[in-house]
Amino acid sequence: MEFETVMGLEVHVELSTKTKIFCSCTTEFGGDPNTHVCEVCTGMPGTLPVLNEQVVEYAIRTGLATNCEITQYNKFDRKNYFYPDLPKAYQVSQLYLPICRNGHIDIEVNGVKKSIGIHEIHMEEDAGKLIHDPWDDCTLVDYNRCGVPLLEIVSEPDFRSGEEVIAYLTKLKQILQYIDVSDCKMEQGSMRADVNLSVRPFGQDEYGTRTEMKNINSFKAIARAIEGERARQIELITEGKKVVQETRRWDDNKGSSFAMRSKENAQDYRYFPEPDLVPIEISDEWIERVRKSLPELPTEKKERYMKEYKLPEYDVDIITGTKALVKIFEEANAVCNNPKEVSNWIMVEVLRLASETNTDPDDISFDPKNLGVLINLVKNGVVNRNTAKEEVLAKMFSDNVEPEQYIKDNNLQMVSDDSLVRDIVTSVIAANPNSIEQYKEGNEKVVKFLMGQSMKQLKGKANPAVVTKVLEEELAKL
Amino acid sequence: MKITDEMIDYISQLARLELSGEEREKGKEEIGKIIDYMDTLNTLDTTDIEAMSHAFPVKNVFREDVVKPSVDRDIITLNAPQKKEGCFKVPKTVD
Repeated sequence: MEFETVMGLEVHVELSTKTKIFCSCTTEFGGDPNTHVCEVCTGMPGTLPVLNEQVVEYAIRTGLATNCEITQYNKFDRKNYFYPDLPKAYQVSQLYLPICRNGHIDIEVNGVKKSIGIHEIHMEEDAGKLIHDPWDDCTLVDYNRCGVPLLEIVSEPDFRSGEEVIAYLTKLKQILQYIDVSDCKMEQGSMRADVNLSVRPFGQDEYGTRTEMKNINSFKAIARAIEGERARQIELITEGKKVVQETRRWDDNKGSSFAMRSKENAQDYRYFPEPDLVPIEISDEWIERVRKSLPELPTEKKERYMKEYKLPEYDVDIITGTKALVKIFEEANAVCNNPKEVSNWIMVEVLRLASETNTDPDDISFDPKNLGVLINLVKNGVVNRNTAKEEVLAKMFSDNVEPEQYIKDNNLQMVSDDSLVRDIVTSVIAANPNSIEQYKEGNEKVVKFLMGQSMKQLKGKANPAVVTKVLEEELAKL
Repeated sequence: MKITDEMIDYISQLARLELSGEEREKGKEEIGKIIDYMDTLNTLDTTDIEAMSHAFPVKNVFREDVVKPSVDRDIITLNAPQKKEGCFKVPKTVD
């Protein structure tokens, strides 16, 4: 029997606000345990939450960027459960009136376009971190992350393959980074995905029993988790067994998932309206103001780059796919106004350096304007292209040097003085009588060798066109 | 409404309460009364009354996104029955 996989995603993203959702503690990542906490986020009795307006603003921005309707009257609810990662024994979330609904994100897999529905987006608070202490066989709780604002983005069960899931997550990440609401760093946990998955025989209308896999923290792990869970469910069904609706944890090291304890699965959250927070009313003006402030989104940007700059689709996909590369492209291009060159430098040189040094494009630290400056220096014949690539850009990449200053300090200016080039070329000719013999016998290949020798003597600082010209002149004299 | 043994066991499990036999019986009776009171409320005609989520006519109470100092860790953990390495120490919780 052939099976179809049906999936829906719940994606949690931490918002890039400066403070937590209900108190003024910093949201900064890291820090010693329990140093970013106060009475509110540790759930001390008698404290009251006050909503961070920026969270609402970011939620509206996200909703508009994902084609959602904004719920103009919305409020918070309490989700009750006992677990030490939440000191209040409840999480403030939104069940009945989530802030965004009925959106969609368009994806493309192997040339096929598809729209993935967004059921809702709601605001909630993140939980603290539990650390297992094997020494005392106990659990240690750090509440630094507790109260960091989250958006939970719930898709419709529209996915039929792992590729679609990855395409959606990639697009969602791009959008969220473009609109500056989250840095979406999966490895730091600021973007986490839960996958709801079921299988059914092709042609069947009803959904099969689904399982939920929690908190998978890389795109690769998600792809593996989907493959693993799909195979497990199909095996159960073909053996005549039943899939149990449960929450499972994917263990990426073992390459298999296991059921979380059933007690924790007893999900009865007893939601009720949060009495400590007043309702939120979002006016038409507020929505319009946010709509106007939205930047160009990935799809629009991609189309514009292709049309306006006539860049190849592949390059545009890579550049517009990462906000950090867009920033480099746009700022460098603003300096040198040479989109083709900037794109080439990013695609070939910048990404090569990034991969050689294992640097995430988000962490590239040179001033993007300097790439534009460097491109101008090459164009104006101040520095040789190879030197620019291999020495100057590498140094910009590692130490954020100013290209002009660095070239000056290290004496890397291109030698455009013909007489100096001529001196070197004649000395190379004089030093290689054998090659000259061969040249006279009609061996053109030695010209390359002589050229190489001359460039070497000129320490790569000469304009190759000038050297070629001088060399040809000198050889002609022989 | 009659609260059954299963119901009271389920509720006490959700609330992480361990009830003695006597407490269970008392709980069954009292919760039954609360549910009965809901029935009384349900007899009221609320046709034209808008659902209300909050007792006060207040909305949009916000805070600016400005960081203020957190509370010193030694103070915030002062009431913790057990602590270790700056963390609250709790019984082993399998995740």
